[in-house]
Amino acid sequence: MNTLLVASEVKKTFVMHMRGGVELPVVANVSFSLKGGACAVLGGPSGVGKSSILKMLYGNYGCDGGQILVRHHGRHVDVASASPRLVLEIRRDTIGYVSQFLRAVPRVSALDVAAEPLLIRGVEREAAREQARGLFTELNLPEKLWSLPPATFSGGEQQRVNIARGFITDHPILLLDEPTASLDAANREVVIGLIASKKAEGAALLGIFHDTDVRNAVADHVIDVSAFAAGKAAA
Amino acid sequence: MTTSDTLEALAKAGIPAPEKPLLTVEKLTRVYGKRIGCADVSFDLWPGEVLAIVGESGSGKTTLLNCISSRLTPTCGTVHYRMRDGASADIYKMSEAERRYLMRTDWGFVHQNPIDGLRMTVSAGANVGERLMAVGNRHYGNIRGAAIEWLARVEIEEDRVDDQPRTFSGGMRQRLQIARNLVTEPRLVFMDEPTGGLDVSVQARLLDLLRGLVSDLGLAVIVVTHDLAVARLLSDRMIVMKEGRVIEAGLTDRVLDDPRAPYTQLLVSSILQV
Ligand SMILES: Nc1ncnc2c1ncn2[C@@H]1O[C@H](COP(=O)(O)OP(=O)(O)O)[C@@H](O)[C@H]1O
Ligand SMILES: Nc1ncnc2c1ncn2[C@@H]1O[C@H](COP(=O)(O)OP(=O)(O)O)[C@@H](O)[C@H]1O
Ligand SMILES: [Mg+2]
Ligand SMILES: [Mg+2]
Repeated sequence: MNTLLVASEVKKTFVMHMRGGVELPVVANVSFSLKGGACAVLGGPSGVGKSSILKMLYGNYGCDGGQILVRHHGRHVDVASASPRLVLEIRRDTIGYVSQFLRAVPRVSALDVAAEPLLIRGVEREAAREQARGLFTELNLPEKLWSLPPATFSGGEQQRVNIARGFITDHPILLLDEPTASLDAANREVVIGLIASKKAEGAALLGIFHDTDVRNAVADHVIDVSAFAAGKAAA
Repeated sequence: MTTSDTLEALAKAGIPAPEKPLLTVEKLTRVYGKRIGCADVSFDLWPGEVLAIVGESGSGKTTLLNCISSRLTPTCGTVHYRMRDGASADIYKMSEAERRYLMRTDWGFVHQNPIDGLRMTVSAGANVGERLMAVGNRHYGNIRGAAIEWLARVEIEEDRVDDQPRTFSGGMRQRLQIARNLVTEPRLVFMDEPTGGLDVSVQARLLDLLRGLVSDLGLAVIVVTHDLAVARLLSDRMIVMKEGRVIEAGLTDRVLDDPRAPYTQLLVSSILQV
């Protein structure tokens, strides 16, 4: 199997200037790799740094050390040191992300929120919307919601818009931050199915899943984030 | 082989030419007597990129924007712009006429107060048509047609085309100002607090419109705002300013979600979460 991402010795420490410059070491020596066709899961208790790791891989948080090498457009690039422009290009074409919470944009319909990653790639609007409709149908999102902005949706409805947005493209790497947390059993099954098809297409997935059933259904291996806990590394 | 020969060879081989920055700002400084307007600001802007300049009132945002857009002469520093033919030009070494032509065609400038960017006593249609005439368009029918089309794109009804903007609401005036700027298909648009004086609901509509236009037209934009939510919605990258200097710069969502500088942390923690 081919390796699509290698994280080595990645480190994150927050410095809280509003609280007198106190340092909050989160993780250090984070090292793992992701292979195409497999789903890895970040494990460990709440607050251990799982979401922070996903955000560093996506370029949303900066790294305080280490490298995140990604195969992008046929070459290897380091997300940790990439320019803003390159990070945006990596997000457009290589790394997709389903965030834990949907960030709603005023006045934009659920359909267009989900279609946006395709529009950014230059796909024609109607074609992009058609794919979004397909995912919404699969995720049982009531059709009467499709043309409304998701700001007023329930947690589970917003999460399904977010999932559609993340799964609409064929990014080779997909990061998932608790995508099933507020879904009912039927929709959790749908997401398990979506993850299985991404794997079959050869994508490398990395997720955080609270629900043990979902985790057992999708995980090929578990990365224990407690092992990277910054306190531990220092000891 | 010359550079253009090389580029041609690459193009024939199906390899796109490496993109170059549209605008390069180096060590730009403007002082007012002893007071610093902006100091030592450098950055590149790429085609199609949206850059937000944020900071509190008095931090030098407007001074910087005006120095970049040649509306205010800098004390020192340079601004290079890539012309449509691919050549890079130092905008302060151009003739006054060349600079004015650039501002009328390839650049747009959206003022916070639409009164500063519109002619209040000529019709909405003429406000838009005037920019086309300035670039040599003389056919009345074409100009009127383009004006009506642009008014529609900024959601102004066709039956308002002969009305003067002084009869328009604040939001409509701002949309008209945007149409007036975009009708010549500029590649770079400067905006100073474009949603500044507007009610929140009107702001949301304008932001939505701007987001759509910027992505449809592939515009490069430098937008000044003190509102971090506006920066989050519109921009790819941002620059945080304080007392005329750049405090932090980077990808917009990273600066907002993982701010490094003490001042940026203070700004971000001061936003009301809704
Ligand atoms: N932007 C941030 N600024 C400061 N501290 C943060 C930030 N993001 C996360 N943290 C802190 O980092 C630690 C790890 O958080 P997180 O990565 O969300 O953990 P998990 O996803 O495992 O629950 C927590 O103590 C959290 O408060
Ligand atoms: N024409 C001027 N004469 C003197 N000082 C000025 C002038 N314009 C701006 N300043 C000063 O320069 C600094 C930056 O102002 P400005 O660029 O307007 O900031 P911002 O747009 O961020 O509010 C402020 O201290 C302001 O008082
Ligand atoms: Mg988390
Ligand atoms: Mg100002």
